[in-house]
Amino acid sequence: MLVLSHTLAAIILAALTAYVLLGGADFGGGMWDLLADGPRKTRQRELIARAIGPVWEANHVWLILALVLLFTCFPRAFARIAIALHIPLTLMLIGIVLRGSAFVFQIYGGGGGRVFAIASLVTPVLLGMCVGAIAAANIGQAGGIPGGGFHALYVATWLTSFSLAVGLFTLTCFAFLAAVYLTLETPDPELQGDFRLRAIGAGVWVLMMAALALAVAPHRNVVDHRIAALVGIAALITFLALWKRRYGVARIAAAAEVALILWGWGVAQFPYMLPPDLTIAGAAAPPRTLNLALLALILGAIVLFPSLYYLFKVFKTRAI
Amino acid sequence: MSDLLAARSQMAVSLAFHIIFAIIGIAMPVLMVIAERRWHQTKDPVYLDLARRWARGTAILFAVGAVSGTVLSFELGLLWPRFMELAGPLIGMPFSLEGFAFFTEAIFLGVYLYGWDKVSPRAHLTAGILVAVSGAASGIFVVIANAWMNTPTGYAVIDGIMQAVDPIAALKTPAAFPQALHMTLAAYAATGLGVAGIHALLLLRNRTNMFNRAALTIGLLVGVPAAILQPVSGDIAARYVARRQPAKLAAMEAVYTTQAGAPLKVIPGVNIPYALSLLAFHDPKAVVKGLDSIPADEHPNVGVVHLSFNVMVALGTYMAIVSLWAGWLVLRKRDLAARPRLLWALVIAAPCGFIATEAGWMVTEVGRQPWIVYGVIRTADAVTPMPGLIVPFTTITLLYGVLGGVVGWILYRQIIRSPRT
Repeated sequence: MLVLSHTLAAIILAALTAYVLLGGADFGGGMWDLLADGPRKTRQRELIARAIGPVWEANHVWLILALVLLFTCFPRAFARIAIALHIPLTLMLIGIVLRGSAFVFQIYGGGGGRVFAIASLVTPVLLGMCVGAIAAANIGQAGGIPGGGFHALYVATWLTSFSLAVGLFTLTCFAFLAAVYLTLETPDPELQGDFRLRAIGAGVWVLMMAALALAVAPHRNVVDHRIAALVGIAALITFLALWKRRYGVARIAAAAEVALILWGWGVAQFPYMLPPDLTIAGAAAPPRTLNLALLALILGAIVLFPSLYYLFKVFKTRAI
Repeated sequence: MSDLLAARSQMAVSLAFHIIFAIIGIAMPVLMVIAERRWHQTKDPVYLDLARRWARGTAILFAVGAVSGTVLSFELGLLWPRFMELAGPLIGMPFSLEGFAFFTEAIFLGVYLYGWDKVSPRAHLTAGILVAVSGAASGIFVVIANAWMNTPTGYAVIDGIMQAVDPIAALKTPAAFPQALHMTLAAYAATGLGVAGIHALLLLRNRTNMFNRAALTIGLLVGVPAAILQPVSGDIAARYVARRQPAKLAAMEAVYTTQAGAPLKVIPGVNIPYALSLLAFHDPKAVVKGLDSIPADEHPNVGVVHLSFNVMVALGTYMAIVSLWAGWLVLRKRDLAARPRLLWALVIAAPCGFIATEAGWMVTEVGRQPWIVYGVIRTADAVTPMPGLIVPFTTITLLYGVLGGVVGWILYRQIIRSPRT
């Protein structure tokens, strides 16, 4: 029972990781669309649209999967999150709606490029702020203690300097991933060079924002220290690979860097799902639901992974 | 406006907005696949043009459907956290399966939309078929979750609180079949006749346009059978409601007093004797429970439910009649484009399926009130404790208002205006 709930929590974190590595990069692409600059401005934007187009909707489903698994397997945690983080989650949804709609409007000649780019900028910050609120151990308390004022219950939990730092950190991570991936999306060495420089720049920003978030963290244990060391190694490899124009290596290292950050957070707050008081086991649905969810996941994976492989094989031949 | 009413209104706006895109997303892939298949068979470029244009429209509508669906799945918790806390372990099963169906749909839609020149014609058509199948499946799974709220199963009440016991029993909730059938047919009927109506209007201006003739035929091919079958599925659904949710049936038909051999109120002042008992129980003498047999604090809003139900039935009946007419002419191999009266009837039918679908959701959702899970959890007990819900309600309403306008404008500019052939 204990093991089962932990397995499902790990699967949810894995789905969230997939969302960050794939969907996150699509948001990062929107940011580079906003920051497109220099003599190849238009070609940069075209490359971004071409890279995102066929895959962004499939990438987006990872978020839905994580959400659905959360409310199926950990309904208590879901309810607390939904109550305490109502405001940032609603704002994030508006960002998701505007980003997705504006992206297709832009492709089909309806304009909306600005909205796409700005929504791509704001949405990751809000996602990061929600994660920051959980990591700061604010949500467990908010859900547990009734009787506080509106500000204490629904604003102070997530509008903190730490949450904001995590939000900005998330944004830089997404931009960093996007820039690294984009070097592999084009055969054009000039465009590759543009995004190589952007990747290196964003990589530096990631480290600065990580330092900022750790400096303002409310407690020392927001990231597991051993995993943080691995993040540092992955960052070093990414920089070296970008420097040497080994883009395939850079992509793997950058993805590993960001994935390890997420798992460093997960390991640090284990066995709690919503620290300081709600454990993974304590938030879990009855074992029968967990068993069936695991079965559904296994059956779903049999359909999902070959389909995903096919999608990426068709559109990302250069990248694979 | 109370917080409960604001939350309900926000849910209603979100559902009403999403459902349009959802049903188009379910049915349009079928039309695209038919057009593409005909292109393979006939090599007539009109069909390729049609498939590509429909694909462009579907790309826009699917994207808006996907993001507005995301909003709904979050809103289940944002607005009704107590409901999700108790019901999540049960309705999570259909939602998890829906997650995978939606994944398949999104993946192969990507292949379909962007893969015209990247995969073989056969693989492209197969991708379209997979989109159509997984789209229908994902709609069915979501409707099963909603059906469970009408006829909850697989739970136990311990110390006055609902506990999840058997997610498989929840998946097999009795309302699942009638609701899923009714909704799936609605998607095909509304979209098929919607497309047929648009092209009927264009044919009225220029009846030789091959593009519009082909589009009309394919729209009818999908819409006509569904619209003809829909009254049958409506009958099945109504009989389930009569047995399982008497308060909802009483509100649908505005039955205030319990009576045997109940008449059907068609419009104020016109009653058909015994007809309601006959329809609801297939027995003219059957007793129909009136609102008098239900505690006053468990009555749904009769005015809204009764009106919505009548609108749905009237529009559905009209669509079935027009479909029979068109189907009859097609069977006799008549040229539909030369029948202006039929074309006008189809133009009028175009919005009917969408309005009927909205009205149908009003019936099932408002008719379930004051319960969020029928007979188990009250909506008022499930709402989030956060005050000031009028703010998110207003925000979402404005957002969707603007978005709906922009989508309409882009579709008109990009898709509907037909090529001058």
